Amino acid sequence: MSDAAMKNTDDNAAIQLIGMHKWYGDFHVLRDINLTVERGERIVVCGPSGSGKSTMIRCINRLEEHQQGQIIVDGIELTNDVKKIDEIRREVGMVFQHFNLFPHLTVLENCTLAPIWVRKIPKAEAEETAMKFLERVKIPEQALKYPGQLSGGQQQRVAIARSLCMNPRIMLFDEPTSALDPEMISEVLDTMISLAEEGMTMICVTHEMGFAKTVADRVIFMDQGEIIEQAPPLEFFDNPQSERTKLFLSQILHNA
Amino acid sequence: MAIVTTERHPDLPPPVSQTGVVGWLRENLFSSWLNTVLTLVSIYVIWQAASSAVSWAFINANFVGETKADCTGTGACWVFIKARFGQNMYGFYPEPERWRVNLGYVMGAVGIFLVLSDQVKNKKWPAIFLFGVYPVLCYFLFYGGFGLEVIETSQWGGLFLTLVLASVSIFVALPLGIVLALGRRSEMPVIRMICVGFIELVRSVPLISVLFMASVMLPLFLPDGQNFDKLVRALVGMSLFSAAYMAEVVRGGLQAIPKGQMEAANSLGLGFWQAMGFIILPQALKIAIPSIVNTFIGLFKDTTLVLIIGLLDLLSIVKGGTTDKNWLGLATEGYVFVAAVFWVFCFSMSRYSIWLENKLHTGHKR
Repeated sequence: MSDAAMKNTDDNAAIQLIGMHKWYGDFHVLRDINLTVERGERIVVCGPSGSGKSTMIRCINRLEEHQQGQIIVDGIELTNDVKKIDEIRREVGMVFQHFNLFPHLTVLENCTLAPIWVRKIPKAEAEETAMKFLERVKIPEQALKYPGQLSGGQQQRVAIARSLCMNPRIMLFDEPTSALDPEMISEVLDTMISLAEEGMTMICVTHEMGFAKTVADRVIFMDQGEIIEQAPPLEFFDNPQSERTKLFLSQILHNA
Repeated sequence: MAIVTTERHPDLPPPVSQTGVVGWLRENLFSSWLNTVLTLVSIYVIWQAASSAVSWAFINANFVGETKADCTGTGACWVFIKARFGQNMYGFYPEPERWRVNLGYVMGAVGIFLVLSDQVKNKKWPAIFLFGVYPVLCYFLFYGGFGLEVIETSQWGGLFLTLVLASVSIFVALPLGIVLALGRRSEMPVIRMICVGFIELVRSVPLISVLFMASVMLPLFLPDGQNFDKLVRALVGMSLFSAAYMAEVVRGGLQAIPKGQMEAANSLGLGFWQAMGFIILPQALKIAIPSIVNTFIGLFKDTTLVLIIGLLDLLSIVKGGTTDKNWLGLATEGYVFVAAVFWVFCFSMSRYSIWLENKLHTGHKR
């Protein structure tokens, strides 16, 4: 690790983004992102669509590549080094908007594939762990079904269990409830709340302001590729500082 | 005022269809006088064609005898096929050694059954046998060595040669096609260019010219005395040719897999090859099954083109038989026999692929 990185490294930080920029071709998507997430901290990221929220969290596990600045996850700086990328991905779980379960594998196989092949855990043990997490997300009885046989809410809970099976220290949620039917949102949010209560480090891109108020330590508002405002939820909702934040909040709370 | 439903509507059976056999007939075949006429004309035509075909092939056909003189009936002379059956099946493979081919068939059939069947749960050993041991075993069994008399490939022929050509090409084309398809989607420019170049070059050339190249041109480029077996050259040509087709079929399957699958696999820490092997390829190949089997069937029938470079596959050996002066005038029987054999193999492949598609369909299975 370079000296500069050492200087900036905060030992207690789970994730540090330092002066990060990203472009899609000529389009400057993320501009000078600086963000430190402490261990055990729960962060909700919100903002209008196209503001770069998803892109930012996808940079954290290298699903997107940043072109400038530093990303340090769990003390490891993300570079082009494939080993480091794999190391980080093992510690960082991700839940996607469209679940991205593996449709040709059963729920149980979805949950055990990575532990067996990446963590080299014996199959029986991996299955035991998987059942434990499936019980936590309250669908152990679906273990032998295929994802296509489950409802959206159930699929998303399987996706959460699948990530947890890798024992990640950090969880990223990329709009986990946006693709769900309204009556299924709460079952997924409940799972996420219980996870938050156990002290998991979480970054969650969501429009669920109720969730933000209940569990977030900090709410981050992004617009046009920049972090505009960050504050604890009470302050963020009751006393937003920036005009853009006020406008955004008035729009979503009006519709809610 | 609100309108509220308090009682649940009871379950009712679905409406009784008024069809039945008679209803179906009336609705689909005799719904108007025009339809009735069409139906009757069609029945007449079908009956005419089918009855004469059946009486030619079975009722009036000759099954017993040794020579053409025994064919006294008006129908087909199957004695012709029977008398030359050994040659049709094995070519000029010496008769006392034909048990080696049969043994190869039996082992292959058992291996294929164990690998493909639903009953067998642990497929590891059958797969190792079929894809690892069996080809080597067959080489020595068919060609010779280890105390077995060497049978030159120029003596191979008939259905045996057709099956060797088809199975070797299929065996090589699928894995090679997958590699080419992955290479074509690679982010490394050199690899991508090599794969695109190979696929586009081979696909743009007729198989006949590939075979000609392999059998006529290639020896010209090789130093004197250096020469491959003619069969090996045909095999290489056919394998590479079908690999190029296979690559495009597999690429189609790969492109149908949403990007999120690779992302999910990566986010769990699976590397590129693990994600490919466990997540992407199983799904892509499943989607591509109809096209893959389509290519296999095409390839199986394309093996008949080797007659152009003087290999005696099933079609060419039967064709040769029809010019035998003792059996003149029996070309129809010969070609019908060849068609029937090809049909059995191709239809089996087609049925297997349909069964496999249903088996692997996990999307909405309840």
